[in-house]
Amino acid sequence: MSFPLLTATAALPAVGAIATAAVPAAKRTAAKWLALLFSLATFGLAVAILVRFDPGGDRYQLTESHSWIADFGVRYDLGVDGIAVALIALTALLIPFIILAGWHDADPLETGSRRWRPTQGYFALILAVEAMVILSFEATDVFLFYIFFEAMLIPLYFLIGGFGDRAHEHGEETARTQRSYAAVKFLLYNLAGGLIMLAAVIGLYVVAGNFSLTEIAAARADGSLTMATSTERWLFLGFFLAFAVKAPLWPLHTWLPNAMGESTAPVAVMITAVVDKVGTFAMLRFCLQLFPEASKWATPVVLVLAVISVIYGALLAVGQRDIKRLIAYASISHFGFIIMGIFAMTSQGQSGATLYMVNHGISTAALLLVAGFLISRRGSRLIADYGGVQKVAPVLAGTFLIGSLATLSLPGLAPFVSEFLVLVGTFTRYPVIGIVATLGIVLAALYTLVLYQRTMTGPVRPEVSAMPDLRVREVAVAAPLVVLLVFLGVYPKPVADIVNPAVRQTMSDVHKQDPRPEVEAAK
Amino acid sequence: MSASAVHSLWTTAVDPIAKIEAPKIEYGQLSPILIVIGAAVLGVLIEAFVPRRHRYHAQLFTASVALVSGFAAIVALAASGYATTRAGIAAMGAIAVDGPALFLQGTILLAALVGLFTFAERRLDPEAHGNRVDSFAAQAAAVPGSESEQKAVKAGFTTTEVFPLLMFAVAGMLVFPAANDLLTLFVALEVLSLPLYLLCALARRKRLLSQEAAVKYFLLGAFASAFTLFGIALVYGYAGSMSYGTIARVVDGTAPSVTPALAGTTANDALLLVGGALIVMGLLFKVGAVPFHMWTPDVYQGAPTPVTGFMAAATKVAAFGALLRLLYVVLPGLRWDWRPVMWGVAIVTMLAGAIVAITQTDIKRLLAYSSIAHAGFILAGVIAATPEGVSSVLFYLATYSFVTIGAFAVVTLVRDAGGEATHLSKWAGLGRRSPLVAGVFAVFLLAFAGIPLTSGFAGKFAVFKAAAQGGAVPLVIIGVLSSAIAAFFYIRVIVLMFFSEPRPEGPTVAVPSPLTMTAIAVGVVVTVVLGVAPQYFLDLAGQAGVFVR
Repeated sequence: MSFPLLTATAALPAVGAIATAAVPAAKRTAAKWLALLFSLATFGLAVAILVRFDPGGDRYQLTESHSWIADFGVRYDLGVDGIAVALIALTALLIPFIILAGWHDADPLETGSRRWRPTQGYFALILAVEAMVILSFEATDVFLFYIFFEAMLIPLYFLIGGFGDRAHEHGEETARTQRSYAAVKFLLYNLAGGLIMLAAVIGLYVVAGNFSLTEIAAARADGSLTMATSTERWLFLGFFLAFAVKAPLWPLHTWLPNAMGESTAPVAVMITAVVDKVGTFAMLRFCLQLFPEASKWATPVVLVLAVISVIYGALLAVGQRDIKRLIAYASISHFGFIIMGIFAMTSQGQSGATLYMVNHGISTAALLLVAGFLISRRGSRLIADYGGVQKVAPVLAGTFLIGSLATLSLPGLAPFVSEFLVLVGTFTRYPVIGIVATLGIVLAALYTLVLYQRTMTGPVRPEVSAMPDLRVREVAVAAPLVVLLVFLGVYPKPVADIVNPAVRQTMSDVHKQDPRPEVEAAK
Repeated sequence: MSASAVHSLWTTAVDPIAKIEAPKIEYGQLSPILIVIGAAVLGVLIEAFVPRRHRYHAQLFTASVALVSGFAAIVALAASGYATTRAGIAAMGAIAVDGPALFLQGTILLAALVGLFTFAERRLDPEAHGNRVDSFAAQAAAVPGSESEQKAVKAGFTTTEVFPLLMFAVAGMLVFPAANDLLTLFVALEVLSLPLYLLCALARRKRLLSQEAAVKYFLLGAFASAFTLFGIALVYGYAGSMSYGTIARVVDGTAPSVTPALAGTTANDALLLVGGALIVMGLLFKVGAVPFHMWTPDVYQGAPTPVTGFMAAATKVAAFGALLRLLYVVLPGLRWDWRPVMWGVAIVTMLAGAIVAITQTDIKRLLAYSSIAHAGFILAGVIAATPEGVSSVLFYLATYSFVTIGAFAVVTLVRDAGGEATHLSKWAGLGRRSPLVAGVFAVFLLAFAGIPLTSGFAGKFAVFKAAAQGGAVPLVIIGVLSSAIAAFFYIRVIVLMFFSEPRPEGPTVAVPSPLTMTAIAVGVVVTVVLGVAPQYFLDLAGQAGVFVR
């Protein structure tokens, strides 16, 4: 038997989480290094997956299959297609930066009990989330996916509720209340979505008799498994609702600004750049494959909701006074684009959406992590508390600018390619939707540039006059992300090559072909 | 009464002495029950004859040896095929020895063993005048607040009678799910209930609350028993027999003969429907299903916490076992009559338990309402009316009982000057003071909430799957929704423990003896193992899913 690479990639951070949690209270720094080491090793394994994966080969590769809970018909089935490979790589890539950026986020302020080890807990929880996210990208068994899709809520819940910004503009007591409100809101939204999905998972089992994605999809394709139209639609809705909460899609998005606003910047990055991707990924992998007809049935509604997300998220971002909440609403807008690309049912749209997932991860990480550095210096999340930072901290301001420009999809930076593809892909089939969504780009320019202008330019405010520039650790976080943004903006081919065959497969699942180019007949 | 009738009565009473045969008792098959009853009787003798200072150890030793050897006997019976191929009926038709009975008896014995450990804990309460004391009253007969109570406390008395009482209750619970005729069912019901009423009254702290709980439990329990007995009489009138098998045959219309004396009432459906409903009502009272749940919060709150944990776990197992056997063996022919009713009960139980729990401010009352909601989830599996339904219920009961005992064991650790600090506000910030205890309790709460990778999820999935396959999809949807509601209050407790500032005068966490630690550790291990690798136990429950008739 060959080396179980996929299991190893998920198991390594899990082991790392346990090891980190076990480090004694006094050895905080050792715990941090241990966590970083494990995350880097995981990235190494993710690179190995990238190398071993053959884009032209089978649909699911590196597969592993073991019996797990035979009574429920559940198998431990893993396998990756191009989309999953890209997202696993993204996850494994971002976690070391997240750990490094949050190096001091969880140093204990006061000495609690001898056993109280917040630092160890913080990094162990981050690694635990990584393990579960990677497993949910790998799972080809619906039940297995569901388990990790739900279980990852718990470590995230503790990350959001237990750790926040060092200084809060309203004092520690308010901060604590708001944090726990955000954590509970996050958990209840996602748990409710997940439990509705559980009903649908059980329903799928009753209809299909097993949980294997490949078997069910094959049986649906060759007609040996038919579902009544209404059954398929209900099951689709059960799955879609859970993913739409996670993604998040308007009007189920309201937990995201709270969660991202109150958690530390690295955790906020993890939520939006890594965890939320599971939602959009699962739409591609499960909704479209298992319920192709229902997906097509739901397309108009989903597209309209996605466009509303694009515009609504962008409009609210314009109005935010809080840097992190602004980025959260911007993310909602971007997730609107991703969902739009998925449900446009064109190969450009879906390729664009998958690329978008990767690029949005990198660009948000760049912007938000630098924003986190900024916030930790001044101790405030409010835009109004800053001004003229570029004069005192030019490197910080420069990376912040590049992150902002990536967020507004400037040509030459990675997100541009994907946003363009999504819009083109949507336009060829749904011109009106495509045109309305374009407004989102205009608004994106508004909120990012206004954010930059208000915080970085203008006269230097007295409170920021002594602000230090980026430290070595912070440069080590920001620089590689900026390089990646530029590289993938100029040369997106490596990612596109991995993703495209998988997208073609998904397109054939839903029996859709790209619309033919139409030429106006000469009269 | 006519003369001839009197004459015939007279003759049957005197005449055929020679015809009475000694009953044939399968001692081997009944050994688990007999061992526990023997230990209970032995416990009474220990109370009478062993000097006070040795009683605690003697009782603890006897009880644990009996529970362990009872469990060994069950394993031996199951290994020699009594759970599957050799399943049969023992003791002149009174006791069924089959898969569900053995599985549930095994669960009850293990739960009782873990419960016994929490009963025997003597390090939590501060020493009274140099004597180590447990959580039971120094002298049950001493009036609370009286001089004699103070004397008893000063003398360092402990109520070691709790051990034989526990063993009698366990014996009743072992018979309850195995009872194969209605009289045995009733006797078992009483044998398990009476010691529990007493145990509930025996709290060391807050004695009045405890006694009030016991009185409430006793009064309502007595009502429920009376209903059950009345129902049994009516069903006897219908079928002319107490035996499950015969009643089932009369229901099916395949009974060979009818008792002449009951010719007037036999096969009168009204008797069956009313009688069956009354018996089921008594059982639903024991499982704490709405609308027969009123006693649960008060009794759970007032009873000594080890008793609450044991009761919540083992009584539920036994009562659901009895309910399953009644519905699947006696009344399958009436499925179309009882299923709609049980649908209603399950829906109301799930929703009411989950919704009312939200407003609770006492951890024990919260867990009480949570247990009501769980009873609703289990009922969803009962309704499936398939072998999968049975095995899913068996599995759920096994997972639920260990989590419950563990959770209540944690509750005993969090204490302030007045004993256990059960008010939720006192649990604020517990996670900072003692991360380990709070973490363990969080694991139990997540299992109650049914989060994946805990045993609670596996159990919930099993019953919902069985219910969906049995055609009860709306029930599954309501179950899922009430799980979402229930998740809210479990999570609220976690928020309180981890994300709130500890209070300056908050409770302390007592360091327990290895006994309670074992109980909690077993709970955690079962929660995680049955959550991650439930296959073996699902197999076990799956093989045990068939009732003997």
